[in-house]
Amino acid sequence: MNAAADRRDLSWWVDKVAQILVLAGGLSAIVFIVGIFLFIGREGAGFIFEGFSLREFLLSPRWTPTSNHNPTFGALALIAGTASVTGLAMVVAVPFSLGAAIYIGEFATGRGRETLKVLVELLAAIPSVVWGFVGLSIMNPLIVRVFDAPVGLNVLNSGIILGLMAAPIMTTIAEDALKAVPDTYREAAEAMGATRWQVILKVVLPAGRNGLVAATLLGVGRGFGETMAVLMASGHAVNLPTSPFDAVRALTATIAAELGETAEGSEHWQALFTLGIFLFLVTFTINFLADVFVRGGLPGRRRRGRRPVASANP
Amino acid sequence: MTVAPPRAAGATDPAAAILVEKLSLWYGDFQALFDVDLRVRAGAITSLIGPSGCGKTTLLRSVNRINERLAYVRTSGSIRLWGLDIYDPAVELAQLRKQVGMVFQRPNPLPLSVRDNVLFGTRVHVPDGRAPARAVADRIVEEALREVLLWDELKDALDRPGTQLSLEQQQKLCIARLLPVKPRLLLMDEPCSALDPAGTEAVEELIWKLRGDYTILIVTHNMAQARRASEECVFMLLGEMIEHSDTASMFLNPANEQTAAYIEGRYG
Ligand SMILES: Nc1ncnc2c1ncn2[C@@H]1O[C@H](COP(=O)(O)OP(=O)(O)O)[C@@H](O)[C@H]1O
Ligand SMILES: [Mg+2]
Repeated sequence: MNAAADRRDLSWWVDKVAQILVLAGGLSAIVFIVGIFLFIGREGAGFIFEGFSLREFLLSPRWTPTSNHNPTFGALALIAGTASVTGLAMVVAVPFSLGAAIYIGEFATGRGRETLKVLVELLAAIPSVVWGFVGLSIMNPLIVRVFDAPVGLNVLNSGIILGLMAAPIMTTIAEDALKAVPDTYREAAEAMGATRWQVILKVVLPAGRNGLVAATLLGVGRGFGETMAVLMASGHAVNLPTSPFDAVRALTATIAAELGETAEGSEHWQALFTLGIFLFLVTFTINFLADVFVRGGLPGRRRRGRRPVASANP
Repeated sequence: MTVAPPRAAGATDPAAAILVEKLSLWYGDFQALFDVDLRVRAGAITSLIGPSGCGKTTLLRSVNRINERLAYVRTSGSIRLWGLDIYDPAVELAQLRKQVGMVFQRPNPLPLSVRDNVLFGTRVHVPDGRAPARAVADRIVEEALREVLLWDELKDALDRPGTQLSLEQQQKLCIARLLPVKPRLLLMDEPCSALDPAGTEAVEELIWKLRGDYTILIVTHNMAQARRASEECVFMLLGEMIEHSDTASMFLNPANEQTAAYIEGRYG
């Protein structure tokens, strides 16, 4: 008999235990995701199935959950707040991160390149409350002075802050996308006389397009999910913004600010969880799309493999 | 050691398309070329043979200076194309590479459509800052693809990515995309080594067809190909140029013993 395979000595047990731990680690990701969804789903369920009006939730800008006689739960202003801040953040972050990724990936060499990469990663590690602080104490007076605005806590402030926050991770992903473009493409284009910029604009960026879209989508996801910095820099006023100088309130900031002061299980509490479900769905969708792009485009739109074009019949 | 290149029988003294003098090249500390002298006759097909690692690719890549993509490459000596020193600081790389097309060992179409691959050169070298108009572009694409015998196969697939063609079609496309900017010299580095026998034959036939319109310097690993497809032949060994003569006489009675040994297959 093969005794070796059956011997339950120490290493056999170590092997088994390690296997189980690794499996548990892998499964826990799934368990957590499902668990979180079930949890916020349960907390929000009462509201969704009873007093909830999807119409009001999505279309009314009136978020007055603490009103005594007529509380309303319109999330439109909050959605618009998050969307406007995130949109402006992308206007800031896309050129920044694309430029940085192009510089790091295509121009910088050796030590300079490594240093820059480390710096970008450090930038990504700055806690968001620090960014919020920058928004409050630096951007706020700056915006008041430069634009002569009454207050500096608004879409502009939080958008810029959020853009700077999202730029490092977007840079890293965009750089990966550029690095994945085979060097033979660059060489081929250069051998045809293309300058470095022509190579980048006409070959590298189009070839890395999916990864760049993914980088942007992940930035958008980051923007939707960011809480603290937006809470501190946006003005936190329920408002449908019409200009970058309007104060707004974000979905996340609303949950963070109100949940602690809400009676557990109350309608307000459940409404906040409904906001959470909405956020969860949006970020889940965005991350899913980013993943699809990283894997090479929407399924069915691009055929993989190298099927030769059939020769025309003679 | 170098044997003087022969006069082409009957032709008037042809201008040298490429004149390489005392070219040495280092990859970092490793010297890959040693004082190479070479004179490539304009309008002819010259093949470059020699065992693997002897520096054929390196020499070829020096002629369009694509070697310089690697920061650790250093060269000494001179290379003249139709009398023009390519290392002259006044030389613009883009202009040099417009005149000198290169075909690589592995087909490397750009990740663009067939049509955009063919038009890439014209878009890079826009004389007055404007890409050619649609109708002109269509004609350029058709002419280039006809020239490489791809038009009938691909005329309905111009929007397919070039990277999805068969290897043979890819390599032909890589030749086609050089033609619209009217290069004078084509450098080909074992252009058939990734192809099956049928593809090899088709591409060789194509190269032969381009003879006369272009000066062609082709690296090959394949004796039979050198013999079939070239008029002059250069043999290199360990970074040195050993022998240069017209193809027929090199294969009939090589002047150098090492050449003979290589041709008879005693090297790898
Ligand atoms: N990028 C490079 N870096 C360092 N050494 C190289 C590089 N390319 C080629 N070499 C070396 O230079 C020599 C000549 O190579 P190559 O020109 O590719 O030969 P061939 O094309 O004749 O097979 C070989 O010894 C090879 O190892
Ligand atoms: Mg080679």
